[in-house]
Amino acid sequence: MEQKKSSTAKLAFQLFATFFKIGACTFGGGYAMIPLIQKETAEKKQWISNDDILDIIAIAESTPGPLAINTATFVGYKTCGFFGALAATFGVVLPSFLIIFVISTVLKRFEQLQAVKYAFYGIRAGVLALILKALWSMYRQCKKSVMAYIIMSFAFVGAAVFDINVLWVIIGCAIMGLVSSEIVRRKSK
Amino acid sequence: MILLELFWTFFKIGAFTFGGGYAMLPLIQSEVERMGWLGKAELIDFIAVSESTPGPFAINISTYVGRTVGGFFGAVCSTLGVVVPSFVIILIVARFYAKFKENKTVAGVMSGLKPAVIGLIGSAIVSVGTTVLFPNGYTFSVFSDVSFYISAGITVLCSILAFKKVHPILIICLSAAIGIAAGYGLQLNV
Repeated sequence: MEQKKSSTAKLAFQLFATFFKIGACTFGGGYAMIPLIQKETAEKKQWISNDDILDIIAIAESTPGPLAINTATFVGYKTCGFFGALAATFGVVLPSFLIIFVISTVLKRFEQLQAVKYAFYGIRAGVLALILKALWSMYRQCKKSVMAYIIMSFAFVGAAVFDINVLWVIIGCAIMGLVSSEIVRRKSK
Repeated sequence: MILLELFWTFFKIGAFTFGGGYAMLPLIQSEVERMGWLGKAELIDFIAVSESTPGPFAINISTYVGRTVGGFFGAVCSTLGVVVPSFVIILIVARFYAKFKENKTVAGVMSGLKPAVIGLIGSAIVSVGTTVLFPNGYTFSVFSDVSFYISAGITVLCSILAFKKVHPILIICLSAAIGIAAGYGLQLNV
């Protein structure tokens, strides 16, 4: 019993350390994290299999929240239960938290400098380009159907033109997806 | 009270964002701007900071907003808020994920959410684009303003580079360099 306890603690600490490394080494988050997670948890530590990684991505995509958190919680839980999930999630969050905490202090101090103002003036246009690229990648990955285009337009017009609260747009689109897939399924029977 | 507001706002953001990366942007824009915690331009600046620092965007932005609004405990509360929904839901799903994967209701809901995120990011781009290109609103005077043409030029150039898969951090560095060069060279008032 005593031995089991200590091995759980050891495993939980390893999970924390591994996910701390993953959190500290990936820029941009989200899918950028997947290759590193695969290398660290499946190839090196063999906590999970490569098939598990595919399952995890599928689940992370259909559950809310950031991909990094979903994956860390899932791998931690599969490896060593609740405390594993806690350790892995805490590990993946901590580096960002610490780094941003420090940066926000520095940023506030420098934002009045003229050079920094000019830099951010340029950067804003660069960010616009990055988001355009992200939109295009997402659009290409999305399964196209008449209903998908209807929902896309509904979400865009609802948020951009009618200024409907984004939360309601998301709930509305979820209901539209559910109802339309139900109708398609009944018809094909 | 502010700590509770931070927790609750980011809890909602965590609970209603599906998909990685910028999927979170529309919700953050609407919720955080509604609370008056961050200006439009400030949010765009922070996206650049987040791209250039490690870790997920969601954690970076929640820590930053929490820190700005409520100090250390504000940062803790908002980060906790964005993490808790995923954590709890995954703990539940992990127990019977084989069933979850095949569930028709989940598949149906997701068939609505994926295109929704695309539409919402489109709307976020309208808002970001307005802030970048028309910071003083839609007026004709913008076309006689050299800073408009420089912003537009950077956007076009960086879009081409982004589509050629140049790394985001390089794109941010380049756009900062152009901003500084043009700013000092032309004595822009930004």
